[in-house]
Amino acid sequence: MIRKLLSTAAIFVACTAAPALAELKIGSIVELSGPGAAAGTNFRDGVKMGFEEVNAAGGILKEPVTVLEYDSQTDPQVSRAMVQKAIDDGIYAITGTVFSSSTVVNMMVAKQYGIPQFTGSEAPSITAKGNPYIFRTAFGSQKGVPKLVKYMVEKMGVKKVGVAWANTEFGKGGHQAFIDEAKKAGLEIVVDVPSEQAQADFSADVLKLKNSGAEAFFVYYTEEESARFLREARKQGLDKPLVGETTLTGHKVIELAGDAANGAMGHVGLTPDADIPALKEMVERFKTKFKYTPDHNAIKGYTAAWTLKYVTEMVGSPDGKAIAEKLHGLTLKASEYPGVLMDVSWDETGEMSRESFFVKVENGKQVVDAILPPN
Amino acid sequence: MAELIQILISGLAAGSIYALAAVGFTLLWQASQTINFAQGEFVMLPAFFVLVGMTVFGLPLWPSVFLALALSLVILGVAFKRLIVEPMLPHGTLPLVIATIALGLLMKESVKEFYGATAQPFPAIFPQTVYHVAGASVSLQDIGNLIVSMLAIGGLQLFLNRTRTGRCMQASAQNPAVAEILGVNVKRMVLYTFLINAALATIASVLISPIYLAKFSNGETLGLVAFIAAIVGGFNQIRGALVGGLLIGVIDNVSAVYISAEYRSAMPLILLIAIILLRPQGLLGTPEGRTV
Repeated sequence: MIRKLLSTAAIFVACTAAPALAELKIGSIVELSGPGAAAGTNFRDGVKMGFEEVNAAGGILKEPVTVLEYDSQTDPQVSRAMVQKAIDDGIYAITGTVFSSSTVVNMMVAKQYGIPQFTGSEAPSITAKGNPYIFRTAFGSQKGVPKLVKYMVEKMGVKKVGVAWANTEFGKGGHQAFIDEAKKAGLEIVVDVPSEQAQADFSADVLKLKNSGAEAFFVYYTEEESARFLREARKQGLDKPLVGETTLTGHKVIELAGDAANGAMGHVGLTPDADIPALKEMVERFKTKFKYTPDHNAIKGYTAAWTLKYVTEMVGSPDGKAIAEKLHGLTLKASEYPGVLMDVSWDETGEMSRESFFVKVENGKQVVDAILPPN
Repeated sequence: MAELIQILISGLAAGSIYALAAVGFTLLWQASQTINFAQGEFVMLPAFFVLVGMTVFGLPLWPSVFLALALSLVILGVAFKRLIVEPMLPHGTLPLVIATIALGLLMKESVKEFYGATAQPFPAIFPQTVYHVAGASVSLQDIGNLIVSMLAIGGLQLFLNRTRTGRCMQASAQNPAVAEILGVNVKRMVLYTFLINAALATIASVLISPIYLAKFSNGETLGLVAFIAAIVGGFNQIRGALVGGLLIGVIDNVSAVYISAEYRSAMPLILLIAIILLRPQGLLGTPEGRTV
C-alpha cells in the first residue's frame, strides 16, 4: 500500500515539476596540475569569472551557461582524452588548453566534431595547421617576438644576444620565431641554451649564458621555469638584461621569484597593470573574488568567455560551425563589446591582433614602458 | 678554469642535498630493509610544513623550520614506522615497497589538494650574496647548502661511530638477533633510524626548496635522483650514498655545460646502468653484510 502511494507520488512529482531551463555547456580544459598548473589555474579562474558575469547578464541567448572543468594534468594525451570527454558530455565550445604541446594534440579532436576552441597557447604552429575551429585569446609568439626584437635593437642597442628556452612545443615556437627575427634584424646569437620541461636546476644554463659574452638574453620559459631561472640568475650574479615574451614578467613569476624578478623586462600581450579602465576594473573584481592578482592567462580566459557570448548571439544559435565562420575576420571593439576589454581582431587562421605592451619589473611590480600597436 | 670551478661548486651544492636524501634511503634499508619509494615526497613535505608555519600561524622562518622538523619527526619518523613499516614488514619487502609507493602518491595528492597544484615561493635560508673567486661567481647559497649538508652527514657519521647509541644502531643493523641477546633495544634503534631519516629529509627540503620552489610534485625528481645516488654509491654504505649524491650533482652540471643540456637527465641513468653492469654493489658498497 505504502509502496503504491510512494510510486504514485513520484509519478505526480515527475509530471508536475517545472521543465528545467535548457543549459549551454562549455568545456574548460586546462592545466590544473603538473608544470602548467600556474598558467592553467589563472586561465580557469578567468573563464569561471567571465561566465559567472555572462550568466549574471542573462546568459547566452538568454540561457544559463554551465562550465564543466577538466584537468589536462599538463599531459598532451590526457588533454586529448579530456577534450573527447567534454564533447561526450555535450559541450558546444571549449576554453583551453594553455600549454601549446597539449593544444596541438587536443585541437584535432575539437576540429573533428566542429567545436570552437579558445586556446591560451602561443606557439606559432597552432594557427598554422589550417584548423578552422581554433582561436587564440592572445596572439602567437610569431606576432609578439618581432615587436620585442625591434625594441631590443632600436631602444636597447643590443647586437649580441643569448637565448634560453624551454625545449617544448611552446618553447620551440618562441625560439624559432626569435631566431628568425634576430637574423632579419642583424642580431648575432652567441649562445643558445635549451632546457627540459619543468627543469628545476638552472645553474648550468645560467653559467653558459653568463660566459657567452652576450649583451642581453631572450628568456622563453613557462611561469615556474622562469621563476627558477630568475632566482638562479640572481644567485650567479647574471647582470645583463633578461628579456622575455609574455611569461618572464608575469605576476605569478614575480610572486615566485621575489626580488630576483626585478629588472626583468619583456613584451606582453596583456597585463593587469595596463592603464585601461575596463581591464583595471576586471582585475579588481578578480582580486576580490580569488584573493590573488590575475596574470595574462586569467585575462585571456575572461575575454574568451565574453567573446563566446558575443559571437554566439551574433549567429543566433550555439552552432559551432557558424560561430567559427563568424569569428574569422571579426573585430570586436571594446566600446561596443566591453567584455573583450580591448579592441581585438581574428584573421582567417584564428590568429588575433591587439595592442600590446613592453613592461619592466620594478620593486616587484610590472611597469608599462611602452604601448605597442597591433601587427 | 673559472667556469669549471663554478660548475663544480654548483654541482657539489646540489649533489650534497641529493646525498642527504640518499643517505636516508640507505639508513632505512640498513635498519629495517625498507626501500622507501616515498623518499622524494619525504623531502617535498617539510617545505609545506614551513609554509604552513609562516602563512597559517604567522611564525618567522626559523621557528617555522623547527615546527617543520618536529612535525616531520612525528609524521615521517614515528607515524611512518608505526603505521606503514611495522604492519607491512612481516609480509616481505615487496608489499612494503608497494606501500611506500602508495604513501608517496597519497602525500603528493594531499599536498596538491590542501595547498594547491601551483609552485609556492620559498624563502632563501642564506643571503643572496655572490663572491667572485678566481674569476668564478660563487654564491653564498651554494656554499651554505654544501656546508650544512656536509655537517649533517659528518655529524651523523660521528654519531654512528663514536657514540654508544650509534654503535648499538650499527649492531642492530648488522645482526638484530645477536644485538638483542647482548641487551640492545633493537626496536628503539630502528626508531632512531627513522627519526634521523625524517630530520635529514627536513634539512634537504629547507635547502632545496628555495631553488626548486615548493611544489607537490618535487618528490618525483628528488626521489629518483636520491635512489640513483644510493645505488651508484653503494646501497649499504652511508659514505657511498654521499659520494653517489655528489657525483650525480657534478655530472648533471658538467654534462649540461659541456655535453648537451638536452640530454642532461639521461646522464645519471647512464651512470646507473654502467654501475649496475660493472660494479653492482656500487662505488663504495660491499657485496656482503650491512652497516649503518
